[in-house]
Amino acid sequence: MNLSESALPGYRHQSEAVRARFERIRAREVILEVRGLGKHYRSPQGETEALRGIDFSVHRREFVCVIGPSGCGKSTLIRILAGLDHHTEGEALLDGKPIKGPGQDRGMVFQGYSLFPWLTVKKNVMFGPQMNGHARDDAERDALMWLELVGLEKFADAYPHQLSGGMRQRVAIARALVNQPRILLMDEPFGALDAQSRAKMQSHLIDIWKNIDITVLFITHDLDEAIYLADRILVLKAHPGEVQEVIEVPVPRPRTPGQFSSPEFLATKARLEQLIHPAAEPESDDEQKVKPHLIRLTDVHDNVE
Amino acid sequence: MSTITQWLGSGADVEARRRMLLGLGSFLLPLLVWCLVSYVPFVWHPKMYVTAPGGVDFFQVGMLVDKPMFREEVADMQKAHQPLPEGYAANPIYLPAPGAVAEAFYNGFVNPPQTSDVPSMPASLWHSIQVIFWGFLISSLIGVPLGILSGTYSAVGRLNEPFVEFFRYLPAPAFGALAVAVLGIYDGPKIAIIVIGTLFQQVLIIANTTRKLEVTIIEAARTLGTKRLGLLTRVVVPGILPDLYRDQRILLGWAWTYLIVAELIGTSSGITWFITQQARYQHFDNVYAAIMTIGIIGFGTDLVLGRLGRRLFPWDSSQDRR
Repeated sequence: MNLSESALPGYRHQSEAVRARFERIRAREVILEVRGLGKHYRSPQGETEALRGIDFSVHRREFVCVIGPSGCGKSTLIRILAGLDHHTEGEALLDGKPIKGPGQDRGMVFQGYSLFPWLTVKKNVMFGPQMNGHARDDAERDALMWLELVGLEKFADAYPHQLSGGMRQRVAIARALVNQPRILLMDEPFGALDAQSRAKMQSHLIDIWKNIDITVLFITHDLDEAIYLADRILVLKAHPGEVQEVIEVPVPRPRTPGQFSSPEFLATKARLEQLIHPAAEPESDDEQKVKPHLIRLTDVHDNVE
Repeated sequence: MSTITQWLGSGADVEARRRMLLGLGSFLLPLLVWCLVSYVPFVWHPKMYVTAPGGVDFFQVGMLVDKPMFREEVADMQKAHQPLPEGYAANPIYLPAPGAVAEAFYNGFVNPPQTSDVPSMPASLWHSIQVIFWGFLISSLIGVPLGILSGTYSAVGRLNEPFVEFFRYLPAPAFGALAVAVLGIYDGPKIAIIVIGTLFQQVLIIANTTRKLEVTIIEAARTLGTKRLGLLTRVVVPGILPDLYRDQRILLGWAWTYLIVAELIGTSSGITWFITQQARYQHFDNVYAAIMTIGIIGFGTDLVLGRLGRRLFPWDSSQDRR
């Protein structure tokens, strides 16, 4: 089968089932609403506009991915939503209430795991409930339940440094979910993992999301990951960070790795590539200065190609 | 786990046994040199120990004279047909042999002198250890909290660090006279000198250690609902504890170096007094024994604290780096 560009269906084309699914999502209440969000900050290079006029909303139990080239402010956006950064324009509402500082209604998973190295896996997960005034026993019971859910109950007494990257990220997810947040914010959580554990974690995350009442906002720079996971993809552009397009992913659920070569998947990916890597991407000044000058350091007859 | 030695090769596959042997060797090697110089008569030995004065009128039994002078006197006596002086090659009085020092060390602890005018080594040491203990304790009681607060809250840091940075350059012994004037002549000024010498470095080092705590750990704690004081007590302090412990070990070493200066202030006391007294009587074997005891106590304490660190902080893999 030849899946050339022209043979692909349009990425906007949705099957009946997918369309019905989006209808159902839109019927659910809005959890997160972002209106005209912008951020300026002063840097040594002068006034910088990191984000401008970001508008979008996320419905309950929706899975939204944010994607964009480096410097598009996707990390800034999620940090604002987590309450770790402040926006300078517009507003961000969670359940209709403006976001002011971090809170337990939003769980955050970082790329660098950022587990507490001095606590065991179980105590890492217990940290949130204890900080929010739950009794030790309750916190412990909850922690064990969530560890079981991510499959790490056997490692409850291990320290984070004894775990692999994928396992650490499972702990981080359990630690964020134990607080029962309304929305789970994930900042390139699988970016540091190797391809195999990344694929495993992606399907694991879908399983978790299917089984509990959680809304996910997921940042990534990996196009396949975004299409595989998301209901909708928010595509940002850089300098300043603005919403370029919101794509409703036409790939039907349940998702499987086999869909990576399905026409809907490829059509969506082609569109994303078009948005993120435009034909002639202008190089930044710094990169233009990097010009490798290769000289032959081996025998001229000793060819490798 | 030490990456640097791994990259530099050689250290990578050194198993524990070999490492211990090398460590032992690092002590045995200088000892071997010392033994060579002390026990092999033709290595160095610039003096002659007179066993019989012969015809030389200014020689006495037990005297140490320079070798050329001894030879000259022997030649003179031969010419004058007088009895020849006798003696053997010896090292200067300030370099006792390892055996003599070991004996002094043993005697210092097992048969301390009974008279009250000569200080005994254990009593002197105990006095010194007490001075160190109080000095380091007082310094830590102020320095550790101040350092942590300076590292956590930039306002606190900005308010004290420039002054601390300045004060750090004022040599602690320079405050000796002042300390005596304020605190009297006994242990007060000595403890003060140790505090002055340690505290200011302590604040800066611990503030720096605190600042090196990963920001994302604090951010993660905030997203989990940790509030201001909780951040300090439940995240910052446990997060830096292993490094703080290591800093304290290094600072304790510094406190020991200030001890000797501190003990010379006011009335001499402790191990320094013991050393100066023994040097005055030219009992250099005792002097060496005392100096080495300081080394053994300092190094031994650090070894024990290192072991303890590994047990206290099982999650910190850098603790077992020696």
